[in-house]
Amino acid sequence: MSIKEADRVLPVTTRESDPTRERRSVLRPSRIRMYEPLVIGTLSVFFALTVWQLVANARVYSVLFLPGPWDVAQAFVQLFQSDDIWLDIATSGEELAIGYGMAIVIGLTLGLLMGWYTRFQFGLDPFVNFFYSTPRIVFIPLFILWFGIELQPKIAVIFLGALFPIIINTMAGVRNTEAALLRVARSFGASDALTFRRVVLPGSVPFILTGFRLGIGHALTGLVVAEYIAAKHGVGQIIAIASQTFQTPKALAGVVLIAGTGMLLTTVLHRIENRFQSWRPQIR
Amino acid sequence: MYDRSAKLAAKGVVIEYWLQRSRSLFTAVKGVDLEVRPGELLAIVGPSGCGKTTFLNAVDGLLPIAGGSLTLDGREIRKPGRDRAMVFQQPGLLPWRTVLGNVIFGVEAQGTMSKSEAIARAKQQIELVGLKGFEDAYPLELSGGMQQRVNLARALLTDPEMLLLDEPFAALDAQTREMMQLELLKIWSQTRKTALFITHDIKEAIYLADRVIVFTRRPGRVKNVVDINLSRPRDLRIKRDPQFLTYEDEIWESIQEELAMPAERLIAGIPAA
Ligand SMILES: Nc1ncnc2c1ncn2[C@@H]1O[C@H](COP(=O)(O)OP(=O)(O)OP(=O)(O)O)[C@@H](O)[C@H]1O
Ligand SMILES: [Mg+2]
Repeated sequence: MSIKEADRVLPVTTRESDPTRERRSVLRPSRIRMYEPLVIGTLSVFFALTVWQLVANARVYSVLFLPGPWDVAQAFVQLFQSDDIWLDIATSGEELAIGYGMAIVIGLTLGLLMGWYTRFQFGLDPFVNFFYSTPRIVFIPLFILWFGIELQPKIAVIFLGALFPIIINTMAGVRNTEAALLRVARSFGASDALTFRRVVLPGSVPFILTGFRLGIGHALTGLVVAEYIAAKHGVGQIIAIASQTFQTPKALAGVVLIAGTGMLLTTVLHRIENRFQSWRPQIR
Repeated sequence: MYDRSAKLAAKGVVIEYWLQRSRSLFTAVKGVDLEVRPGELLAIVGPSGCGKTTFLNAVDGLLPIAGGSLTLDGREIRKPGRDRAMVFQQPGLLPWRTVLGNVIFGVEAQGTMSKSEAIARAKQQIELVGLKGFEDAYPLELSGGMQQRVNLARALLTDPEMLLLDEPFAALDAQTREMMQLELLKIWSQTRKTALFITHDIKEAIYLADRVIVFTRRPGRVKNVVDINLSRPRDLRIKRDPQFLTYEDEIWESIQEELAMPAERLIAGIPAA
């Protein structure tokens, strides 16, 4: 039993003899409980940074080998004082927005179709399996050959990276529709279109959003690797050049930028997910 | 022999399942003969697995029949229709919809009512099943009994000619179940809809029904029919009435016979070694 579950099954008790004891109810968690994840999370990050800083301060290794968090922070500030940074961010941002946006539109469409129409799935399964089992970055040289070293090869890699998790999860969502709900819809004579819109689609939302979230990770990987290999501008390019020229703190600052983007997008998706899940009783 | 005025008439109904694993047909129901009169509440009891749910699904049009005939108002049943509505054993509510949203789902699926009319009527229906004040609650915030009321209200809102109920109260505790039985009778006496009610609970069957039909073991067919001559309206005290207990004994014996029957006698055409 995890600690979280143990917490949950603790009986809600009040001791009559102790009037100062606050009544706790299942419906309203106490303030402290609400902020618990944030507080503990922050503390643990601080702890990790402190340990890292202390180890770096001991200077057993050189800054080149093991920069401390402070070095990285300074490099981060410097990074934003350079003129090129905004061009780099704009370039990477554009690649990401186009590649990931296309993956969402096409992945969602194909996933829904494959989930709903079995024959469609039979037809596309071999391709989905082939591309999903292949590390998509192996296509980079081919894309460079076809598209040159402008944005297109990177968009293609990002797109292919994000596409398959979205397709596969969307399809799983449609397939996982409860049989009992489908039977109810059929019993009341619902048309296929209505069943799809009112039963299948809403039930798939959590799966779809999970696909989107996994897609972000794959998209960022694609972005960095593709820019590593060939690019004029971009955050991945910053990291590549900085590591090749032994500017380790700068490379790590680039990593922080990428990771921050990933975390930000993931958080946004989490928020959307929670909005769609407001019908779930609040047990955390 | 068959009453022309019957609402539902089943003659020699056979229902089979195709078992993919053993690539064979499996007969769940074999030769059901029964009829339900207009405005009648008919209960079916029988051993577990004898094909009660299977039969009810066929009446709803969810399953095809392999033999015999199954007619509603003289017309062959082929698919689900507006003249029937099912109250499922598992409530089958959309978890992301509120009580109100779930109650209107039936008429929404049928496309027979404007949205505003559906909502206005659904509110009355919710009141009728005793859920006033819970219109905006989500299913996961309701007790099992309340979920079943939503299930019932959804079926009632479609205003079917025939109500099909598959052990709707089986999952409830004894007190809630009795309360729901009382409520169902109240609603039924107001609307007098023809109803086919399946249950495991002999007392429940006698308390609610005009007639109780006992099914044999699988493959199910009608074993006997018991007319319940108890005056209406019935309150819960009637369950201790001597006449009630006589019915209960009769039906209990009948089911016991089925359960006690040696298995080899059920395999038709195979003589004992
Ligand atoms: N989808 C199915 N596929 C194959 N066999 C099935 C299926 N549904 C039911 N059966 C079989 O048909 C028989 C009758 O099942 P049914 O669900 O109608 O019984 P029941 O009388 O409703 O039982 P209970 O009282 O336990 O609900 C059972 O032997 C069951 O194993
Ligand atoms: Mg059943």
